[in-house]
Amino acid sequence: MKTIQELEEIRKKTLDTINIRKDRSGTRIVVGMATCGIAAGARPVLLTIMDEIKKHDLSDVVVAQTGCIGMCRLEPIVEVYKPGEEKVTYVKVNPSKAIRIVNEHIMKGKVVEGYTIGAESK
Amino acid sequence: MKDLSLHILDLSQNSISAGAGLVEISIEEDTKEDRLTICINDNGKGMDKDFLEKVMDPFVTTRTSRRVGLGIPLMLAACSRCEGDLVVESEKNVGTRLKAVFKHSHIDRAPMGDMAETMLSLILAGSDVNRNVDFVYRHIIDGRVFCLDTREIRTALGNDINLGEPEVLMWIKDYINEGLKNIRGGV
Repeated sequence: MKTIQELEEIRKKTLDTINIRKDRSGTRIVVGMATCGIAAGARPVLLTIMDEIKKHDLSDVVVAQTGCIGMCRLEPIVEVYKPGEEKVTYVKVNPSKAIRIVNEHIMKGKVVEGYTIGAESK
Repeated sequence: MKDLSLHILDLSQNSISAGAGLVEISIEEDTKEDRLTICINDNGKGMDKDFLEKVMDPFVTTRTSRRVGLGIPLMLAACSRCEGDLVVESEKNVGTRLKAVFKHSHIDRAPMGDMAETMLSLILAGSDVNRNVDFVYRHIIDGRVFCLDTREIRTALGNDINLGEPEVLMWIKDYINEGLKNIRGGV
């Protein structure tokens, strides 16, 4: 049974990593979560990204949500902002694509070209 | 929308956009009366009378990227096809109250879906804005109650830990799933 007391342990455990994340100098992953995004399956994408970040202990990565970007037919859309690099927009993302994006782009710096908006419009 | 939890996620996002500091989501399943009621109440900026009158119209929205807004119309359609109804009440600078009613056993009623995922997404969205957004999620099934209040979690964690921390979110997810399993009576 989960108890509120367990939060105290989480508090102690996470205090160190939080300071790193606070300055927000790291990577930012943004998921489109308006009506269009949600209907297209953005929620599992968001939570898969969250899981991967926790699994690989990526303390300098922040996940955020945004409203409608205006390209509803391409949802779920995920944007990746890495400091000093151009924004990369991934379209029609699903949980398995999201895992690849985190593993290759976020962790190894290799953009998954096949999933980007550029590849979609070709 | 495939399930009701997605509607709830979508409509609660409106509350966050409206500047709410507290969003209360309550779901009551009454199998005896054969009724499912979903309420979303917030203390956001509210809507004026003119906008409230038009709010069910898909061609009314506050968004700037397109001229259609489907969140409320989709929920209305989901209620209407299950012998239910959707009521939205709002007062400028006070807040908005939304109540959706369904016939519980209706063949067209969408399943509840994953409320833990919905709450996690909302808490994550609420932790990203420059203010604290708290959520109370109350789920009642035939009198059995589960309640999650993020204000309690915030108190337990202290001010320096954000609710959007992965460790915290995973704990909340387990907490909700366990709680819901209990009130469902292991069915």
